[in-house]
Amino acid sequence: MPLNKLNRCLTACLLLAGSAAAQHKNNGDTLREVTVISMKAPLVINTSHPVQVLAGEELQKLNSLSVADALRFFSGVQLKDYGGIGGLKTINVRSMGTHHTAVFYDGLQLGNAQNGQVDLGKFSLDNIDTLSLYSGQHNNIFQPARGFASASSLYIESRRPRFAEGERTHGKVSVKTGSFGLINPAILWQQKISERVSASVSGELTHAHGRYRYRYTNGVYDTTATRKNADVQAWRLEAALHGRFKDSSQWAVKAYAYRSARGLPGAIVANHFEYSQRLQDRDMFLQTSWNKRFSSRYSLALRAKYTHLFTRYQDPEYNNEAGFLDNRYTQQEGYLSLAHQYHLKPWWEAVLSADVVLNTLDANIYRFAYPTRYTGLAALATRIHFSRLELQASALGTMVDETVKFFTGAGSKRELTPSVSASWQPFARENFRLRAFYKNIFRMPTFNDLYYTFIGNTNLRPEYTHQYNIGLSYSKNFAGPLAYVAAQADAYYNAVKDKIVAVPAANLFRWTMMNLDRVGVHGIDANIRAGWQLFTAVYWNFGINYTWQQAQDLTPNGYNYGHQIPYTPWHSGSFTTGITYRSWDLHYSFIYTGERYSQKTNIPVNYIEPWYTSDVSLHYKYKAFGVSAEVNNLLNQYYDVVLNFPMPGRNYRFSFNYSF
Amino acid sequence: MMYRVLIAMCLLAACRKGIVIPRVEAEMIPGFQRAAPPGAATAGLYLLNEGNMNMNKASLDYLDLQTGRYNRRVFTAYNPEVTKGLGDVGNYIAIYGSLMYIVVNNSNKVEVVDAATCRRIKQLNVNQCRYVDFYKNKAYITSNDGFVAVVDTATLDIVNRIRTGRNPEQLVVAGDKLYVANSGGYSPPNYEKTVSVIDLRTEQEIKRIEAGINLHRMALDAYGDLYVTSRGDYYTIPSRIYVIDTRTDVVKQTLNIAASNLFIHKDLAYIYSVEWSYLTGSNTISYTLLNVKDETKLDRNFIADGTEKQIKIPYGIAVDPDTDDVYVTDAKDYVTPGTLHCYDKTGTRKWSVLTGDIPAHFVFLKNN
Repeated sequence: MPLNKLNRCLTACLLLAGSAAAQHKNNGDTLREVTVISMKAPLVINTSHPVQVLAGEELQKLNSLSVADALRFFSGVQLKDYGGIGGLKTINVRSMGTHHTAVFYDGLQLGNAQNGQVDLGKFSLDNIDTLSLYSGQHNNIFQPARGFASASSLYIESRRPRFAEGERTHGKVSVKTGSFGLINPAILWQQKISERVSASVSGELTHAHGRYRYRYTNGVYDTTATRKNADVQAWRLEAALHGRFKDSSQWAVKAYAYRSARGLPGAIVANHFEYSQRLQDRDMFLQTSWNKRFSSRYSLALRAKYTHLFTRYQDPEYNNEAGFLDNRYTQQEGYLSLAHQYHLKPWWEAVLSADVVLNTLDANIYRFAYPTRYTGLAALATRIHFSRLELQASALGTMVDETVKFFTGAGSKRELTPSVSASWQPFARENFRLRAFYKNIFRMPTFNDLYYTFIGNTNLRPEYTHQYNIGLSYSKNFAGPLAYVAAQADAYYNAVKDKIVAVPAANLFRWTMMNLDRVGVHGIDANIRAGWQLFTAVYWNFGINYTWQQAQDLTPNGYNYGHQIPYTPWHSGSFTTGITYRSWDLHYSFIYTGERYSQKTNIPVNYIEPWYTSDVSLHYKYKAFGVSAEVNNLLNQYYDVVLNFPMPGRNYRFSFNYSF
Repeated sequence: MMYRVLIAMCLLAACRKGIVIPRVEAEMIPGFQRAAPPGAATAGLYLLNEGNMNMNKASLDYLDLQTGRYNRRVFTAYNPEVTKGLGDVGNYIAIYGSLMYIVVNNSNKVEVVDAATCRRIKQLNVNQCRYVDFYKNKAYITSNDGFVAVVDTATLDIVNRIRTGRNPEQLVVAGDKLYVANSGGYSPPNYEKTVSVIDLRTEQEIKRIEAGINLHRMALDAYGDLYVTSRGDYYTIPSRIYVIDTRTDVVKQTLNIAASNLFIHKDLAYIYSVEWSYLTGSNTISYTLLNVKDETKLDRNFIADGTEKQIKIPYGIAVDPDTDDVYVTDAKDYVTPGTLHCYDKTGTRKWSVLTGDIPAHFVFLKNN
């Protein structure tokens, strides 16, 4: 069995890595700005929930075009990537399923009631300052009730205007180009309007033909072909105002618009390599927040958001009466959140948050129900924190009601779900901490799960998760050439029950959704980072991430009891290293995904080989100018992340930027 | 350190097993026995597994009926040079003369192979192909695009196209006429309701016989009656069987029997049904034996030992021409290898064997 061989390989790798891993610092309530200067230890976060952070320059050097690409460097994350610039990219954290990760953009959740997942390939890194992924929930309990409502949360923070004394304007223009016919100009403009108000505007165009070569072989046939219908045309425009009122309360308003048209390259199956399906997206949201500290004890935060998502799917190969399929979906979401924070003692805070969410979905499809969902969320949370000890507890109440214009709606749901966590530093002088959390949460069936014609099932119940996590973190700064070491490791068990899966209805073309499966996930996430000063002007750093997961199908009376669930490797990880000399910066990264199976049954015919890619990039800065060149998938390995959706081989990217 | 990391990476690189050339996976079926009369005509049984859509996991298995040896994935093993193998969604299989036609729906192809060796003779490209039947020196293949492709069985070239209704499914030759079940399944609720009748001498559609909505499977009995199944609309219109008299081309009877598939052997139609209802959100599974001579239901069934409860989704059926044994497949959850069960003529299970994903379509190979 190849597994043994793999184990040996990875043991070797692990021994080299030593023990575990680490991060940045959260000194209390909010994640501080984490600008990674080469030779300072990444600040360690003393959180009771594991968090992984990529920020600032480090993020920009990661050979990543989109947020999805950067997330490959986090432990415990499986990126589901259908390949190419326009391919759908979603994440699955700790094998609980893509629906269990909530995505927050500048503090508010990106809602998608239709399919419950966010395509992270749509978010370019151009305007992004920080990515942080929390298992469980954000450590800052002064947050909207929605912040408590998912098994894991990804926070995407865009760049915020910051002006030194006397500065009024900042900006950046950049252009990226390279393989796939990519042309990607972007602009960022930040303006100080008055002492208390600043504005920023960011815009970007993405144009790519998306074609790339791929290869499949079984040792006898050896076929190389070009991925087609993979083009993307997209633009994004964001504008934000940040300000302080006279009473020093803070406010922000943000408008976001994104529009894209793309081809959907399908599965590469025998004799069927080319497809003609198209997808158009028009995403828009407007969000605002206001945050006031009334006294040293009491603060209040008010947030509101309106989202409008339009999707159009066209399938010229679909042989209905019209001769092609043209489906249009419009989603709307209204959102209001009120959070109170009260400090009972300097070391003891309590938070009460209440959110209301309204979701609707319209579609031009046969027998559609036109659902409206009303969600009420109330969270009560408390946190006790001393310099060496932190304890948190929260409870979330969820009330969901649905109405439909036609047919039957899903019933009401009432849930109460708890979470507790702790973090402890046993030694006064060593920055070594132990942590643990437990969280029980669920995800609602999506509108597609419930109402999609011929597939939806309105009898679905929520899909529950229980998470148990213990972990440790350590970091130290040194005076010698070895500048810092930081490490963290977590062991966890996740149980997913009533998992919503597609099961056969009448025939292969008719499926329906059921609460059927049960999954148990044992896992270890570990990472380590270190930095050296090799010579006067030469700095070197590296980081290793490693994930082990045994994600077993535990469905009672299932056909595949005890088998590893599809697409979850036992072993995966990454290695990144960079060397900096004056204005030059050379970066290398290696990503590994071990053997796994494409279907539920762990038999040879479903086996998928490991894949690993090496990426190299060189960055150079001259005054306000920067250039970089990247080679991705250096060894030109052909692989699939999702079976029959080939990934690109070796590809190149160049970027130029000018900041002022 | 860097050096050691590089070594570790090389070790990791070695973990990629590399290419595995496909080969047959064989098994002797435990408990296999078959009481064929002397001079029996049948050598073996091919079973086409559909494989879930987009997985490219259609596969062909072969059961040697003399020895009970079960060979999995014979097409890819004997034709390793075919890019990505048999393909996506194996929809139908049939033998005509010395050639076997394997219809692979989402690969838009029909693989024509030597029926005895499984070696490829030619690939025919027919978009979204569904079923095949034969008449004299022609093969007729339905395409979901609303036509029947006509293939010359000597040159294996596509020589003509005959228009049909929308989304045609199975087709059957009776006398010198071809009957095509039109489904219109891609445009609910505007399903098709007709069977197209094509005169094979002129290759012209001469008539549409009104039957039920969403037609699918067909089988012809020895008395010139054509049994056509209707899938219904999964809501209020149930699945039915329509009986067409091919001499007069009229529906002579509607049977209130739900049917997903049927196999006619001698005077009996072996019928199973998996009928989904969106109103109840569940499948209703039934098995029926029908006497085709007088269209009466038998009060016994072809599974009589209670083991039908172990079949989650019956998905394919065939009856052994020599022994009257009944072969029934279970597609389970569609993403797990299925099972082939064999029942003797009294309805008692004889043996079972694991198949590919979604075992569905059978053809018997005759001794030559």
